[in-house]
Amino acid sequence: MKAIEIHELSKSYGDVQALNSISLDVNEGEIYGLIGPDGAGKTTLIRILATLLFPGQGSARVLGKDPAADHEILRSKIGYMPGRFSLYQDLSVEENLTLFASIFETTIEENYDLIKDIYVQIEPFKHRRAGQLSGGMKQKLALCCAMIHKPEILFLDEPTTGVDPVSRKEFWQMLKSLNADGLTILVSTPYMDEAELCSTIALIQNGRILAQNTPDKIVKLIDKPIVAIEGGDKYALMQALKKYPNYHSVYSFGSELHYTDQQAFADLPELESFLKSEGHEGVTLTEKSAGIEDTFISLMQSHEHAE
Amino acid sequence: MLSEPVVRVSHLVKAFGKFRAVDDISFEVEKGEIFGFLGANGAGKTTAMKMLTGLWKPTSGEATVAGWDVYTQTEKIKLTIGYMSQKFSLYSDLTVKENIQLFGGIYGLTNATIQSKTASLLARLDMSSEANSLIGALPLGWKQKLAFMVAMLHDPQVVFLDEPTGGVDPITRRQFWDLIYEAAAEGKTIFVTTHYMDEAEYCDRISMMVDGKIAALGSPEELKKGFASDNMDEVFVSIAREGKTL
Repeated sequence: MKAIEIHELSKSYGDVQALNSISLDVNEGEIYGLIGPDGAGKTTLIRILATLLFPGQGSARVLGKDPAADHEILRSKIGYMPGRFSLYQDLSVEENLTLFASIFETTIEENYDLIKDIYVQIEPFKHRRAGQLSGGMKQKLALCCAMIHKPEILFLDEPTTGVDPVSRKEFWQMLKSLNADGLTILVSTPYMDEAELCSTIALIQNGRILAQNTPDKIVKLIDKPIVAIEGGDKYALMQALKKYPNYHSVYSFGSELHYTDQQAFADLPELESFLKSEGHEGVTLTEKSAGIEDTFISLMQSHEHAE
Repeated sequence: MLSEPVVRVSHLVKAFGKFRAVDDISFEVEKGEIFGFLGANGAGKTTAMKMLTGLWKPTSGEATVAGWDVYTQTEKIKLTIGYMSQKFSLYSDLTVKENIQLFGGIYGLTNATIQSKTASLLARLDMSSEANSLIGALPLGWKQKLAFMVAMLHDPQVVFLDEPTGGVDPITRRQFWDLIYEAAAEGKTIFVTTHYMDEAEYCDRISMMVDGKIAALGSPEELKKGFASDNMDEVFVSIAREGKTL
């Protein structure tokens, strides 16, 4: 069964079109990732699905229900963790959790097994006010509060934004373990490297879905291999590559440059001797398959050309 | 490089009661250097930045920024540095031009200077047609690039960038780094924090803070070699999670 079905959904705020005819399906038991930069429409989409915002045109179904008309039924079935920390800063950790449990007419004890693995990490601070917790602990508390009524589906709006790489990895381990118990998760993130942790992803930009599929299949959308180039002064190397007759694109990726050619396959020996003639000796060129970020950049460009 | 360091930090400490948020850090940053300031949330990066930008007085230790003392010459520091972050950049309900005028005025530039800077800055960003658009109506990436250029209006010697590219799309993120490189090539010293580990590779040197201390300091190549890692992400994990040091 589908946990979420969205058909040609649009939403505008005045002149700004936040969502432009979006269609997507989320299967039960998936971790579905909405991957895109700020302003792509991720928050709008999640708020509509979480019954907090009226859709514009098109239709949306969450667990078979209409998030606008059936919001009262849906609210007890969904968990929602907003992008901004939204718990009561002047209540303690325990008071916040008790409050959320009682709003949903349950108790911490009743669903304790669901949140146990996460809650034990913040339990030593259960009398501390939520406003005084560190960023990582706030995030854990927010996740507990979103889970305490045993939702069937969990919406997480950029839970890892501004979070350091180590804490991000820990947060994803928590999501994986909740998902292993059968929970469907819809999560948004601007970090492309988190895409690989999802079962299905949608790449979103300017209110449109650029592509959606499993991470493995999305990266196959780039039909050309990437040439990873390393060595020497990167900036000068980049300028040199732009002069190569078959140049298509070049972007920095950490210590490497990722180059694509106008031809289906770049002629590596020729490219190497061209770089040599431009004064770049000892450069290594390696063909490799595209990653999510390569794919995102390539799709962004082809959409901009189309417009 | 034989020039005087632009940022000099020696045994700097900031304590809140018994808690030492910054615990005896020392380093120097050269003119034109891109210095990455990394660490887990809560490691002390923000506290250190607040002392170096003249907003908080240290508990002990010494530091100078562009030769000015962080205890006694904070007003001089504020005139010599630029600052931008993802959270504070420009005023949404003012136009692009009005924002530039406002910040130029705050920095005491003449109207003639502001006008010529506005024109060259907008031309560089390819945004001349947006001069009269409200900041709030611009895409995030444009805002961030503009905020960076505005932070350099008064020709500061050091620019502090606090997660400047958070949430920005992958193409704009790279364009932003082009601007950083240009500024560094002009001799500006860049002090930058980021959670994108690929961006850590773009810095000349990186310091990694753990629990208020600098756990590692070096070029990306030195750190990767030292921790036998392929990329900065692995380096970060070894230092911040496993508590390794060089």
